[in-house]
Amino acid sequence: MINLSVLLIIPLITALAVLLCSNAAQVRFMALLGSIVQLGYSSVLMFDYMGQRAAGNHSQMLYESRHAWFKGLNIEYYVGVDGISVAMIMLTAVVVMTGILISWNITKLTKEFFFLIVLLSLGAYGFFISLDLFTMFFFLEVAVIPKFLLIGIWGSGKKEYSAMKLALMLMGGSALVLIGLLCLYFNTTVLDPGAANGYHTFDLLRISRMHIPIEAQKFIFPLMFVGFGVFTAMFPFHTWAPDGHSSAPTAASMFLAGISMKLGGYGCLRVAAYLMPEAAHYYSWVIILLSTIAIIYGAFATLMQTDLKYINAYSSVSHCGFVIFGIGMLTKTAITGAVMQMVSHGLMTALFFAAIGMIYERAHTRQVAQLGGLLKTIPFIITVFVLAGLCSLGLPGLSGFVAEMTVFVGSWQRVDTFYRVSTVLACASIVVTAVYILRAVGAAAMGPIKNEEFRHFGDATWNEKLASVTLLVSILAIGIAPFWLNDLISPDTQIIMDNIARGVVGK
Amino acid sequence: MLSTPLIALIPLLPVISFVLIALVGKKYFPSLCGALGTLSLLVAFILSATVAYDYFFVVGKVGDTYQQIVPLKITWLQFTQNVSIDIGILLDPISVMMLVVVTLVSLMVHLYSLGYMKGEERYATFYSFLGLFTFSMLGLVLSSNIFQIYIFWELVGVSSYLLVGFYFDRPSAVSAAKKAFIVTRFADLGFLIGILILSFYAGTLDFQTLIAKLTTPTNEFHTIAAASFMGVSALTWGLVLVFIGGAGKSAMFPLHIWLPDAMEGPTPVSALIHAATMVVAGVFLVARLFPVFSMCAPALDVVMWVGASSSFIAAIIACTQTDIKRVLAYSTMSQIGYMMFSLGLARHGGEHGLGYMASMFHLFTHAMFKALLFLGAGAVIHYVHSNEMKDMGGLRKMMPVTHLTFLIACLAIAGIPPFAGFFSKEEILQAAFHANKAIFVIAIITAAITAFYMFRLYFSIFWNKPYHAHGESHDAHHGEAPGTMLIPLIILGLLSVCAGFIPFSKLVTSDGKELHTAFHLTFSIAPVVLATLGIIIALSFYKKESVTPQRISDGIGGLYRGAYNKFYIDELYLFVTKKILFPLVGRPAAWVDRNIVDGFMNLLATVTGQISFAIKKVQSGKTQSYAAYFFVGVIGFVLIFIYWWT
Repeated sequence: MINLSVLLIIPLITALAVLLCSNAAQVRFMALLGSIVQLGYSSVLMFDYMGQRAAGNHSQMLYESRHAWFKGLNIEYYVGVDGISVAMIMLTAVVVMTGILISWNITKLTKEFFFLIVLLSLGAYGFFISLDLFTMFFFLEVAVIPKFLLIGIWGSGKKEYSAMKLALMLMGGSALVLIGLLCLYFNTTVLDPGAANGYHTFDLLRISRMHIPIEAQKFIFPLMFVGFGVFTAMFPFHTWAPDGHSSAPTAASMFLAGISMKLGGYGCLRVAAYLMPEAAHYYSWVIILLSTIAIIYGAFATLMQTDLKYINAYSSVSHCGFVIFGIGMLTKTAITGAVMQMVSHGLMTALFFAAIGMIYERAHTRQVAQLGGLLKTIPFIITVFVLAGLCSLGLPGLSGFVAEMTVFVGSWQRVDTFYRVSTVLACASIVVTAVYILRAVGAAAMGPIKNEEFRHFGDATWNEKLASVTLLVSILAIGIAPFWLNDLISPDTQIIMDNIARGVVGK
Repeated sequence: MLSTPLIALIPLLPVISFVLIALVGKKYFPSLCGALGTLSLLVAFILSATVAYDYFFVVGKVGDTYQQIVPLKITWLQFTQNVSIDIGILLDPISVMMLVVVTLVSLMVHLYSLGYMKGEERYATFYSFLGLFTFSMLGLVLSSNIFQIYIFWELVGVSSYLLVGFYFDRPSAVSAAKKAFIVTRFADLGFLIGILILSFYAGTLDFQTLIAKLTTPTNEFHTIAAASFMGVSALTWGLVLVFIGGAGKSAMFPLHIWLPDAMEGPTPVSALIHAATMVVAGVFLVARLFPVFSMCAPALDVVMWVGASSSFIAAIIACTQTDIKRVLAYSTMSQIGYMMFSLGLARHGGEHGLGYMASMFHLFTHAMFKALLFLGAGAVIHYVHSNEMKDMGGLRKMMPVTHLTFLIACLAIAGIPPFAGFFSKEEILQAAFHANKAIFVIAIITAAITAFYMFRLYFSIFWNKPYHAHGESHDAHHGEAPGTMLIPLIILGLLSVCAGFIPFSKLVTSDGKELHTAFHLTFSIAPVVLATLGIIIALSFYKKESVTPQRISDGIGGLYRGAYNKFYIDELYLFVTKKILFPLVGRPAAWVDRNIVDGFMNLLATVTGQISFAIKKVQSGKTQSYAAYFFVGVIGFVLIFIYWWT
């Protein structure tokens, strides 16, 4: 029997063990071991989950368990997962493990570095399994602070500025979420036969079955959506992303883009859209407008970047726009696509940052203009880099294509000129993506060797190879056989959709 | 009939070869990779030939009509109940024909490359990419689902990117590969939106259901086809957008600019991808959706005029180019234009389907002789180490086999009987004659120009001035290519002679029924005479070194320069991207992001900082100030209390 709390206990033990280690080698080993165990457990969870679903278990959430945490406010430690959370947990496990592998050569404050990374992952796991809004918020906060330190201490460039900017903006986002959360809380009533009056609740599933007054929804929804939107770099709250990513050490970039940005997307879907369907319909056009701008404008802004990390950071803004776009379209297929895009983008961008990190570690520059001809000297790393790029530009067989196409097909089901035009514009971004990816690949990987020093580079080491291959296999598994991911998540997007469809009637 | 796993093996063999070579072969047995790839293609070709035989002569025909057979269909991604992407195999006359063409040409190219690419540093990689391409192309032609075709469409695009950029240390190859990918990507955007439109109204992505639904006049689509956008019906929009995708891949004007540059790739690649298979994907796509296109005259008119204009423009440009591969590239574009307009003037079913049949026929014969031309050109380039006509001449003695096969191919493309091109071109001209006289005139003029520039090429390479070998390497061998390169030339040469006798009108028609074509000897006189005239002019200009061509090109001045510079279409694109899109959209977007959006955030932070800085002074740590605040506070409270109490 699966117990979800194990997903929290493993990182907790790992974090403590890392603190107890006496040298860097032990620290690395412990962190890796913990992340591998976690990945193993997550896989067991996923297969067990699929097995249960196949066996006909139709309850909305599996492996539920709850303990009262703070009785006075009815805050509970309430966990449970559906297909969407399982997919997110797998994503987190893969990115954490590969992130630890990529940071193998960190020499500065090794212990603290790995401790923070494990702590960060703890926040992400907790966030994805929580079904109590307050507990969810708690874990969201756990995942913010370590980022500040990771960038501020181990970063490069104008790291203090970036770390501060990122932390403040994310904090601002979570402040909005908190306000929204409380407003939501005070608009819920549970009528308990025992109690004389109803009481309020943070229970996500219960709230989903309630009818929050529409006027209240209209007020709360923007707070929640923007609050979570900041995390997923929603236009115009995305500016932490380019600076944050470029200053962060490789593993932190992978986490930021691979997991942290997904916390936002997940929140937008699970909390904002799911709990407030009427408001979701009411604000749909605003969401689509903002996300279309993010997609197009992010893509064009990427075109002008010269630093590989900035390229991937801006392209993340564009790609995460698809997540918001899919959610905003409010059709089942589009929402499924949005979830796929979260998984796909998480893996792909982690791979991209890993490859950029490997290149940077050798060439000590990320300026496209200073690189060139690297395919000759470090073929493995560059192949990974090119594959990540191809995934980013939506090549079939890799995960990006599946997600984007699902979003497009789903969006087209919204019959309305405004939504159609937005979809066409979003589709058009794939051309711009091709331009910036191929420019970067062409300049950095191909052409004559720019610098004689490049000839002495060593190709990927075992840890880099293992990390790249793990991510690549995951990307290919989705890209070549997307049906399993679709089967995993689409029943639950259906449930979310049913709730959202209620909003049409309500409207 | 072959069992399904064996049919599925046809596309799978090349991809297995790709994976094997990429993962292990490259490292452990690089020199055997060529043989591995060739062997996999040989088996795939034998299987395809068997499938073709079975389909055409055993199981395909039910009654008097060729049926569509779907031996395999796997749901790949389910969107909604009816809408899903399936990966499957659809056998019908055109897909079976393409199966043979692709495996045959690919096999020839694999074999040829054993010699051509020998000693190449990335020999194994080359074969793995060839495998990837062949897989993608086979997946494309076998598609049973419109999204499946899009998937493989993108995959052939990326294989083409990898192969054009094969010599990745040459900046020109890198930029050519990039250009090819981006231009076709741009066109694919149209394709994608077209798919979204068509599938939305058909409620399915499956080809058979989609075609059945959209061709039923009672379908709500045709009643709400008034659901028009900007005065054009949704059906026309959908089809024209899909066609834009096809036009991009097939290098139709004005999306052709990538094709000549793509000649930067190794010559066998040009033969396979940019002559025989990938570039006809657009023609195949229109043919695949032909019943739907046939419902929509405006869309077919677009196809027709785009095809005809491409055909003519490319022929003019081809006359002025001096790089032999570029001449061939423009001739490919011109011949594909032929296939395109032939489809555009046809209609579904019966006599009106002549153009459809002719187009497919020409696709088939063209694949043979154009692959042969490229491979022949490859042998010449291999020997001369140059692509330029001026470096060649008099090669007929050094390379007799290449010379002979090249001549056959030139005669075939010029439409001289009894070579393959004559028959297919004849059918196209007939179809044009009956359907649209204006197109017929363009077509026949283009045919004459084609004969001229092909023989200009032929004479410049093999006759003209005597060949002066520079460097010592040339004396070492007699000039003729090795056996692995000659065998494909000979096989394709034989096919270019006899492919015209295949009774296409019985096998590949728009509705699957046999089409009775009458062969009019009198009709053929005009085209053949014109083609011969073209050859004679070329002969008189280029058989010996002469100044006449130069004088003529000087004489027509502007027109010549325009054609030589490809009518400045590349420059136009460069202008739009470099002068408009980048500085007027990209740069402002980046600037606004840094200075306005982010600037606002920074401003917010600065203001907050300054406010706290201002307040900070209050917390000075001086006891006197604190005592003063305390005193003021107490007085304040007292005043408030007094105010309240009274």
